[in-house]
Amino acid sequence: MNMELSRRAFLRTSGAGLAGTTLGAFGFGEAEAAVAAHVKPFHLVNTVEARNTCTYCSVACGIIIFAKGDLRKGEKADIVHIEGDADHPTNRGTLCPKGAALLNIVKSETRLTQPMVRKPGSDTFEPISWDVALDKIARAMKDDRDANFIAKNKDGVTVNRWLTTGFLAASATTNETAFATYKVVRSTGMLAFDNQARV
Amino acid sequence: MTNSWTDIRNTDLVVIMGGNAAEAHPCGFKWVTEAKANRGAKLIVIDPRYNRSASVADFYAPIRQGSDIAFLMGLINWCISNDKVQWAYTKAFTNAAFIVKEGFAYQDGLFTGYDEEKRDYNRDSWEYEIGPDGYALVDDTLQHPRCVWNLLKQHVAIYTPEMVERICGTPKDKFLHIAQMIGECSSPTKTMTSMYALGWTQHSKGSQNIRGMAMLQLILGNIGVRGGGMNALRGHSNIQGLTDIGLMSNLIPGYLNIPADKEVDFATYMSTRGFKPLRPNQMSYWQNYKKFFVSFMKSMWGDAATAQNDWAYDYLPKLDVSGYDVLRAFELMKQGKMNVYFCQGFNPLQAFPNKAKLAEALAKLKLLVVMDPLQTETARFWEDHGIYNKADPASIKTEVIQLPSTCFAEDEGSLVNSGRWLQWHWPGGSPPGEAKHDTWIMAQIHLRLKELYRKEGGAFPDPILNLNWAYKDPGEPSPEELAREMNGSALVDVFDPNDPSKKILEAGKQLSGFGLYRDDGTTAGGCWIYSGCWTEVGNMMARRDNSDPDETGAYLKWSFAWPANRRILYNRASCDLDGKPWDPSRKLIEWDGAKWTGYDVPDIAPTAKPREVGPFIMNPEGSSRLFVRKMMRDGPFPVHYEPFESPVANVIAPKVRGNPVARVFADDWKQFADIGDPNFPYAGTTYRLTEHFHYWTKNNHVNSVLQPQQFVEISEELAKEKGIVKGGWVRVWSKRGELLAIAVVTKRIKPMTIDGKTVHVVGVPIHWGFVGAARKGFPANVLTPFVGDANIETPEFKAFMVNIEPSTGPVA
Repeated sequence: MNMELSRRAFLRTSGAGLAGTTLGAFGFGEAEAAVAAHVKPFHLVNTVEARNTCTYCSVACGIIIFAKGDLRKGEKADIVHIEGDADHPTNRGTLCPKGAALLNIVKSETRLTQPMVRKPGSDTFEPISWDVALDKIARAMKDDRDANFIAKNKDGVTVNRWLTTGFLAASATTNETAFATYKVVRSTGMLAFDNQARV
Repeated sequence: MTNSWTDIRNTDLVVIMGGNAAEAHPCGFKWVTEAKANRGAKLIVIDPRYNRSASVADFYAPIRQGSDIAFLMGLINWCISNDKVQWAYTKAFTNAAFIVKEGFAYQDGLFTGYDEEKRDYNRDSWEYEIGPDGYALVDDTLQHPRCVWNLLKQHVAIYTPEMVERICGTPKDKFLHIAQMIGECSSPTKTMTSMYALGWTQHSKGSQNIRGMAMLQLILGNIGVRGGGMNALRGHSNIQGLTDIGLMSNLIPGYLNIPADKEVDFATYMSTRGFKPLRPNQMSYWQNYKKFFVSFMKSMWGDAATAQNDWAYDYLPKLDVSGYDVLRAFELMKQGKMNVYFCQGFNPLQAFPNKAKLAEALAKLKLLVVMDPLQTETARFWEDHGIYNKADPASIKTEVIQLPSTCFAEDEGSLVNSGRWLQWHWPGGSPPGEAKHDTWIMAQIHLRLKELYRKEGGAFPDPILNLNWAYKDPGEPSPEELAREMNGSALVDVFDPNDPSKKILEAGKQLSGFGLYRDDGTTAGGCWIYSGCWTEVGNMMARRDNSDPDETGAYLKWSFAWPANRRILYNRASCDLDGKPWDPSRKLIEWDGAKWTGYDVPDIAPTAKPREVGPFIMNPEGSSRLFVRKMMRDGPFPVHYEPFESPVANVIAPKVRGNPVARVFADDWKQFADIGDPNFPYAGTTYRLTEHFHYWTKNNHVNSVLQPQQFVEISEELAKEKGIVKGGWVRVWSKRGELLAIAVVTKRIKPMTIDGKTVHVVGVPIHWGFVGAARKGFPANVLTPFVGDANIETPEFKAFMVNIEPSTGPVA
């Protein structure tokens, strides 16, 4: 992770239990001392921190995620708290009513946890394995593409497009996910390709 | 954004119009508060509602939704008439002096070349006169009757303060007060910033709304300066990134274009992309288009993209229409012409207009694949939820596969904020259950599809079989690998042509920026504008040094901003013709006699001499455009057009319905209320609440407790007229659907007088549906019309006509 000595990192490395006045002596202003005073020790001692970005609007407030368990050590990490990143130039630790409740979206009861299928005419979702689901999808794509791919238009120009399958991409995924998605979708010749920027 | 959130602290005047930053972007709005407190900046809010941004404004004025262009052209008219123009800037840095072709004209709401049948223009006359030397003709004295400045003057003359009041409902005295406040920013030492969002984009002329303000900002000299700019407050955390990377029908990453049918081969495609400068000495940076394109193709198809096969040009699909945007996709789906559809973290049943049409369309699919961290209405469109979602599952034959994906907290990678900062983030927790990263899901789909084509053959398998997929684990490319790929690298050693002993690029090394991209296949790079984000130095997006020398708000060492870590676009325009800052107290960069230096990365070649090279380096003119030539479908200047559903006919062009070139599908015309239709007398609009984010936070217990219940907002006057009580149930309906909600009767909305007629506004927050922790409700798109902006097809969510009556509550 990032190794620059931030105010927060300084707090951590110098011991969370330090009194505000002591911190002041290290060159921190009153504001930092006030922040230090209310930082609960358990954030720093019993949890692993990760710098992240709020998932909602494009102000892109910096956040710190606190978890029990360390992903970098291959452990399972259970997120217990999320707060604003005091070092972030834009939000400087503040969060709005949406950002302040981020933990509850991560832990939402309506999070999806396993692949499901709703069969034609059915009134319910039922579980399906990843393997079966992905094979079904690939097969459906191949069959539809082979049946409807347009190699040339009526003037004989090579156009290599596929119009009967479409893809709506997300708006809160990373650039890296976006690029992987772009490559996969474009390589098929799909043109009904869009993302949330449209709205 | 041309600027950044942290730059707003440098402004003198904030204009929020077409947005509501205090509620929708609260932590960014803090910088408005900062500018007010520390610089004495003023805030103007212009909105149909007295919202929370307005509640802390220095001046508020109401405006009818869908009439912004009349207001903005009115401001330009007022500034020109009252000599509130930054003349030196306007003359040197805009195309005011350029002479437009003979034959170009505007009359009764239409420009030359309109074809009513096709609802389109022949735009040939919307161009400059070109001289024998191949350059555009200019008249620096601005005397020529067809120079852009004189055409603009003529074009805006109709938008008098009286006309603004008649169209917008904004009282003349309020308009004039705002015009005076804004006019002061024509001083080189005063600047204004524009903060806007969906209040401007979600109209059938959304692009021209934004253009209108950009033109005003240019004649005030406010583009490229600290505290100025055109600042789009983007909605989702990576909506900017997804746009940059071109996940749209017609785009290639970095704002390159998918070819059209008429571009039969690569040479033809490139023939219109020469970007020859229109004035001497101009950079016209798009002249590098081929380098960006070829490097992209190498990144996509590696060794399969060669000079011999035109860099695999035929691997790209060609467009026979302007684009297969979502509205067109759902229209095709409804016609039974779409079989398989993927929704990756997207809930179109709530997010696009006319829910009934969307549901009908989804029911015609063979397969719907939903990848999402959360349950969505779209994935359950077939489920019966009574009045909230009437459906007969037995009759719906669509198979739905719902795949659980990770959310931000479990993901690693970069997101682009409104200010174009690419900020890397790290995962904090393990995915729940069997949820998987989207990168894994996409890789699995690709690998399985590829395997089927390898085994069975089939329709043109080459682009799938040859897709460059050289990842360490092909089943799950890592964020680092993908980021490095977008940045670009050298594929072979490249030597200096003038000195073959000098190696300028080393095979396998990351490029330090897009200046090193090449068009001969020796470099690969997925998204040229991101180049510099992951260099040989490392991951520049992960930088977290929040130092800010002299507190300019630039934060050059925090993350990485595209392009080239530049924080304020067009920043060369912050200086006068000789390269000295217009406002020394707001220095950004300056010319030191030999080069450009300063707080920001100069947006110009470092040694480009001030009086020779113009600041708008992407444009062949070297200047910005008040007249946009033939680049927009609906005109080189913005015109006031009414929304497709409107309480009054267009005052300035009574025969023109809506935006005259917006695409409307046949069935949708039938579902528009007529102009002034007495069955739908009230002007509806949609908006967001500060406690909710679109249709996500209704899955969140806390936010659902804060705002559990759907409501609509109306004035006390309308409530009285209709016998609606505060907190009582109402039914709101349009020609497309209806909803039941609680009435919030408020002073925040007031009736307006439009062209002599009283018009009431009905406000509809958007956040409810039939899935989640909040009480069930109706999404606002049960009401909204299926029509988009003429240039980019963003749906007209902000202006439509409804009726309202008291009602009893929903029966479960």
